[in-house]
Amino acid sequence: MISILSVEIPYWGQTTFRVLGGLAAVLLPAGALVYIYLFKLMSFVQSRLGPMEAGPAGSLQLLAEVGKAFQKEDIFPRKADKLVFAAAPFVVLMSTFLLILVVPFGPDAWFVNLDTGIFFALAVSSVSVIGILMAGWASASKYSLLGGLRAAGQLIAYELPLVLAVMGVVIQAGTLNMQEIVYAQAEGEIFGISGIGNPFIITQFIGFAIFLIAMQAELTQPPFDMPVAESELVSGYMTEYSGIRFLLFFIGEFATAGVFSMIASVLFLGGWWVPGLDPDSNLFNILGPAVLFGKVMLVTFLIFWFRFTYPRFREDQLQKLAWKVLIPLSLVNIVATGILKVVF
Amino acid sequence: MSDETAVDTVDEADVVAETDEVREATLASLTDEVGDGIVESHIRPNDDIWVRVSRDAWVDTGMALKSMGFGYFSFLSAIDWMPSPFGRDMDSQVDLTLNPPEDEDDDVVMETGVAGGDTRFQVFARVNDIVNNRAITLKADLPDDDLSIATWIPVYSGANWHEREAAEMFGIDFVGHPNLRNLYLPGAFEGNPMRKDFALLSRRIKPWPGIVDVEPMPGEDEEGEDA
Amino acid sequence: MTTQIPDLSEQEQLRYISQQAADARVNVEIETEGMTLNLGPQHPATHGTLRIIAKLDGEQVVAAEPVMGYMHRGYEKLAEVRTYPQVTTLVNRIDWVGSFANETPFILAAEKLMEVEAPPRAQYIRTILHEMSRIANVILGIGDMGVQVGAVTPIFFAFRDREYVLNQIEAVTGGRFHPNFDRIGGLKDDLPAGWIQNTKNAMEKVRDFCDQIEELMYGNEIFQARTRGIGIIPKDVGLAYGLSGVNIRGSGVDWDVRRDNMSPGLVYDQVDWKVWTHPDGDSYSRMWVRLQEVREGTKIVDQLLDQIPSGPIMAKVPRIIKVPAGEAYVETENPLGVMGYYVVSKGDLNPYRVKIRSASFNNVSITPWLLKGVYVPDIITILGSLYFILGDIDR
Repeated sequence: MISILSVEIPYWGQTTFRVLGGLAAVLLPAGALVYIYLFKLMSFVQSRLGPMEAGPAGSLQLLAEVGKAFQKEDIFPRKADKLVFAAAPFVVLMSTFLLILVVPFGPDAWFVNLDTGIFFALAVSSVSVIGILMAGWASASKYSLLGGLRAAGQLIAYELPLVLAVMGVVIQAGTLNMQEIVYAQAEGEIFGISGIGNPFIITQFIGFAIFLIAMQAELTQPPFDMPVAESELVSGYMTEYSGIRFLLFFIGEFATAGVFSMIASVLFLGGWWVPGLDPDSNLFNILGPAVLFGKVMLVTFLIFWFRFTYPRFREDQLQKLAWKVLIPLSLVNIVATGILKVVF
Repeated sequence: MSDETAVDTVDEADVVAETDEVREATLASLTDEVGDGIVESHIRPNDDIWVRVSRDAWVDTGMALKSMGFGYFSFLSAIDWMPSPFGRDMDSQVDLTLNPPEDEDDDVVMETGVAGGDTRFQVFARVNDIVNNRAITLKADLPDDDLSIATWIPVYSGANWHEREAAEMFGIDFVGHPNLRNLYLPGAFEGNPMRKDFALLSRRIKPWPGIVDVEPMPGEDEEGEDA
Repeated sequence: MTTQIPDLSEQEQLRYISQQAADARVNVEIETEGMTLNLGPQHPATHGTLRIIAKLDGEQVVAAEPVMGYMHRGYEKLAEVRTYPQVTTLVNRIDWVGSFANETPFILAAEKLMEVEAPPRAQYIRTILHEMSRIANVILGIGDMGVQVGAVTPIFFAFRDREYVLNQIEAVTGGRFHPNFDRIGGLKDDLPAGWIQNTKNAMEKVRDFCDQIEELMYGNEIFQARTRGIGIIPKDVGLAYGLSGVNIRGSGVDWDVRRDNMSPGLVYDQVDWKVWTHPDGDSYSRMWVRLQEVREGTKIVDQLLDQIPSGPIMAKVPRIIKVPAGEAYVETENPLGVMGYYVVSKGDLNPYRVKIRSASFNNVSITPWLLKGVYVPDIITILGSLYFILGDIDR
């Protein structure tokens, strides 16, 4: 991102660019997801119109919602642990911003190019659990507590299939570096057939499915929305939050959906690369973010489609799915990938 | 239903207009079971049975009915037969003109309904036999100085809430009820609202307009009966 | 199209019960500290002001106690100071989603005491409207069940298609929610022009909704996992608690007042229809029977629409209605279950005593028994599958 300008930029300038770029990379997809999917696709699925008044076809509705949240009173429950209560949404959002760091947008467009990129991503994604637990505990509300504990149990349970699903990709690519994984897909070949490269969704389709399901659970989206189950726990760990702090949780939810989809696109769909084009061409530094955004929309479409149509699991069923189905399946996937890697 | 005008009481068997063998048989078998517990009964042919039992036989009657196949509990409640001490003074002027009180003495006399009654308060309940499509309405008098009756929960579990409602609304004690707290009313509520001497406060504060807008019956105009 | 009736045998039910008992034992051994969770009176799941105080051990319910009365309006007392025609306005508000059905039994009870009978045309229209309020009510109940288990979409479909039915009710009665249309001896007005065909179209849409919701919700594996085997009501317990309507038919009791004890003044015997039951007694079976009831309801309405006789819609009744002394109990099969009015008359303008036997009151009275040992999410599922309207509990 910096080098394509081919001019020397002072350190403070680079930092500013990175901060602005990070904000844009997290918030723009989140806004797009909320408007396109949460407002409009959901309305379409539910045979209604959705927001129509603010801007053309309600496109400015999101701004109105944000403005509304800013105007609201910042309420603290009387018995709440004020410091923890206030900090919780920021902790959740922080994990999202840490995640975006390792996502590559083009051959040279990245924030940091860590050799252990995917490892880093999976590690920081668990930070949000702490934020949710903080929120649930500090709210001094039984609904929040139940929601927070459910969230902790769920996120920890689904962390495992998430990691294990990624293992297949890592074995196949032979690297933990996200950028290298994209190149491995661009330059790879499937059982000797080259040409369209090797998007890992083709060979790692089980991994992709597990990753999607675990991701859905990590995002606490229906059918895995037990922590916020609105018909029983009112709003789970978010029950006592209002105004700007609630907005932060809300942004966190959808921004994380966007960032996780970016990681899924990088791991399984080839990231910023499209088949048929040279991955080293400078074109991708401009085209890459758009390509990645397109793939993100594809992945998130699946997430939201499930969200609109499925009822939610019960807590025990949810744990059973993770421990009895997804984890064994992903272990089998790893073994199979390992054997095939050695054989071919 | 117009042919069910004739009232057939078991006691007055001389005015038999229509017989209802099913219900007669039900009553007979209930009499076998409960015996002296049955005080009075009434059968409206092809429609309903009312049986008034003594207070002591209340639970036994329930048991007997349950063993006879009346396993379905419909409801339990109570009636206050005392004429309202407020008389007609809560009626609006319009209603008083349309329907003048007949005789002042009438209001003093306590009348009870089907299957009779001796006291002010009566507990009544209804159970069904859903296999044979029979239903029976039971009544039991409560002496005025001891408003209590044994609970039906051991017989029909569903009586729990119905008894709580009757207890708070009429001030009746259901002996043996595990949890006779107020069901609807606030805990500190005083009085028993469904008693006839409990004034309906809103009616007292704001007079009721009464029948001010009697709508014309459909078809009245065609028939030329426009009043 | 029909769904396969699932085979949850008695053995499986017993296994479920023993599992629950085993869970309870484990919890006793660990000795976790209990917690009291208060659901309601303001809670998204109670669609009204029902409050449930649940004592929890972890996520398992040790004891649950419903508290109501937040909306008690004292209709039994109010009815004592109103004239008979005025009472229909009150009872409209009991089950506010299927209002017309509340009026029917009261009017029938008054007619029984007065020994008048509505003309055939009025009886047909009355039955049609009764059935349509059932459809409008139960559709919403099905959609609501989706929300209770976490699926947001079914309720929007339910609201969309309920509107077609409500429009038809509005077209004839003038009121979408509170028709106040039934009169002693007949009905207020005749049908508007073109109503019959429009209603048939609406019924078509309702049947489409049923097919759609069956695939979207009933066929969903998660929905089945959430509802199968949850909240099992055995037959005899249901009867002792006085459960009625779908809740008892879902436990395999083949009893429907419309068929078995139809009061004069309704014409269910003129049409060909079926009473659906389900042997399981769990939440799924209740919802499943509910769906079949909607389908059956549309069939009843369609047949009645074809058969409506011509003639007057009002019998000869005096303008000022005085009901002769006597007592009468009339019950009808309402959307939520059996609803009955025990009317005591002393020959005045006002009823002397009206006992309202509302369906939901009995249906919900089973909850302390039913909620013992379930998990917190199952409270919501069970309450949703019992499907009550708060006005029907609190009256």
